Amino acid sequence: MTTPLVELRDISISFGGIKAVDHVSVDLYPGEVVGLLGHNGAGKSTLIKCLSGAYHADSGEIWINGQKAEINNPRDARAYNIETIYQTLALADNLDAASNLFLGRELVTPAGFVDDAKMEAETRKIMGRLNPNFRKFKVPVSALSGGQRQSVAIARAVYFNAKILIMDEPTAALGPHETQMVAELIEELKRQGLGIFLIEHDIHNVMRLCDRASVMKNGQLVGTVNVDEVTDDDILGMIIMGKKPEKVA
Amino acid sequence: MSAPAEAQGGARKKSFLDTLEIDTRMLGMVVAFIALTIGFHFVTGGLFLTPRNIFNLTIQTVSVAIMATGMVFVIVMRDIDLSVGSLLCLCSAVMGLLQVQLLPDIGIPLGSPLIAPIAIVAGLATGALIGAFNGWLVGYLTIPSFIVTLGGLLVWRNVAWYMTSGQTLGPLDDRFQLFGGINGTLGAPLSWAFGVIASLGSLYALMQARRAKIRHDFPVKPVWAEGLIAAVVVIVIMGFVWTLNSYSVPPAVLKRRFDAAGLTMPDGYTDVYGLPISVFLLIAVAIAMTVVANKTRFGRYIFAAGGNPDAAELSGINTRLMKVKVFALMGMLAGLSAVVASARQTYHTNDIGTLDELRTIAAAVIGGTALAGGVGTIYGAILGALIMQALNSGMAMVGVDSPFQNIVVGGVLVLAVFVDIVYRKRTGALK
Repeated sequence: MTTPLVELRDISISFGGIKAVDHVSVDLYPGEVVGLLGHNGAGKSTLIKCLSGAYHADSGEIWINGQKAEINNPRDARAYNIETIYQTLALADNLDAASNLFLGRELVTPAGFVDDAKMEAETRKIMGRLNPNFRKFKVPVSALSGGQRQSVAIARAVYFNAKILIMDEPTAALGPHETQMVAELIEELKRQGLGIFLIEHDIHNVMRLCDRASVMKNGQLVGTVNVDEVTDDDILGMIIMGKKPEKVA
Repeated sequence: MSAPAEAQGGARKKSFLDTLEIDTRMLGMVVAFIALTIGFHFVTGGLFLTPRNIFNLTIQTVSVAIMATGMVFVIVMRDIDLSVGSLLCLCSAVMGLLQVQLLPDIGIPLGSPLIAPIAIVAGLATGALIGAFNGWLVGYLTIPSFIVTLGGLLVWRNVAWYMTSGQTLGPLDDRFQLFGGINGTLGAPLSWAFGVIASLGSLYALMQARRAKIRHDFPVKPVWAEGLIAAVVVIVIMGFVWTLNSYSVPPAVLKRRFDAAGLTMPDGYTDVYGLPISVFLLIAVAIAMTVVANKTRFGRYIFAAGGNPDAAELSGINTRLMKVKVFALMGMLAGLSAVVASARQTYHTNDIGTLDELRTIAAAVIGGTALAGGVGTIYGAILGALIMQALNSGMAMVGVDSPFQNIVVGGVLVLAVFVDIVYRKRTGALK
């Protein structure tokens, strides 16, 4: 077995006495999609924010490529090639697609000024690959549709060679066609050897896209299963009852 | 500009303004400003658009306009700075004290060429330090900027009062007074040189922008459109310089100058003022701030943090440190405005800059800076400051009573923001 891309070991974090994440361990291998499931407030997003650097775990360790990692803020996470696509789409609405794609990592001219023309050209290139119908390069992203905004967010992760991708309900705000587009994109990223944590509510998407699924309830890990070996109902049982299916246990 | 016509996109023939790629909002402000000045010109019987009045109008605008450029950054980051008027007063007090008391006391005589530079550096540093302190309170201690700077509004003017014991400090150093306006102008030859250099610089910038687009195969404006814009820019710059160079120094003032130098004035001798150094300073600040806003990472992050603070933070931008930097910059600009304002009145008084925080915020807001954050331009803020000053001095010339002047300015502020909201809704920028 290869070394896991990511290991979250025994992570705990509490807010004002409430254990949001309670001694949870999950891992992720290259070319794999691991679904994170659970009710609202089960602790999925909180757990994953420890990896993306938005939160700092009270206890527990993060290992990346078999080495212990220190992630204290989003900048550290980026240094480990961890990219996050947030549920709320972390885009600055008042800026255009190129400015958002390169936010925090602008291309600059030799004189140190931001090179808008070059950034727009690069954005046109990558959007041509990901979403060839995308035309709105000159307008603020507030003028884009949900799917177009999602493709900007995904383009950002892809452009900067993410090795580890965290997607927080990437299809929640999308129509069927756009959901299909994102699904194909996830398949493509898998083939390229990325590891993807997918936070997802739609059980159908989980069965279709994920290799393994880790289910959380009340801040604790119910269990991790191979999606091929279980049924929709097994996973629903884990989410609702917090009970691991007999045959895999 | 109806929505269906927009949707058809490329099929529709581009309008004249679309082809020029001119910001219609800015065009509206410029038209409003021109209409205002022409209106006052007629009402005053041809007194408003004279070289003398335009000269005065520009030097009266400088102090608030300089601070308004910084206020754009502050407001774009969803903050506010109510302390700039008081901070201006404190910086002015520091510089005044240095010039008339402290520096002479440590052996630098009055009139020494060292006095002005030392005082100015100290004034700018005072502003930047206090601004940084405000920014630290806002960014790191997460106290709302409204409260921090409301406190500052009370604190800094009274620190200045305490330091100076409320005394008027003056007269300020002669070289320092050069930054005040009428006491420091470039004269005709240098002003013309400035006009030529500014024109060439603008043409070069336009050409570079076009080249960058061609290099990346982006669509460019037709050549006639570029030519028209270039022509307008050059005409405006040279026309402005020509106007200022048409303002003659009154013979009595010239005679005093010759008398002071111990010479007699030759018969028929004339001279003109030309571009005031303070206005030159404002233009330099405007260019620098525009470059910072549009061409640097720092500027990009200010707008990103204003548009979506969480997105900026998650993109690895240190938004707390950004606040420190933006408030420090605002403070330094308040220090610079203090140089201009105190030099203009040739002494420091404890009421200098009173209510300037409101004028500054109003200028930025009339200029299109959105209090919700994320939107604003430097040129808009300067235009906003000019419109307010034109209103004030125009009404004063017409003879409108003081209370009515303020009533009108207040009404215009609210009206301008309302028009802006309607405009943004129509164009779909605001939903």
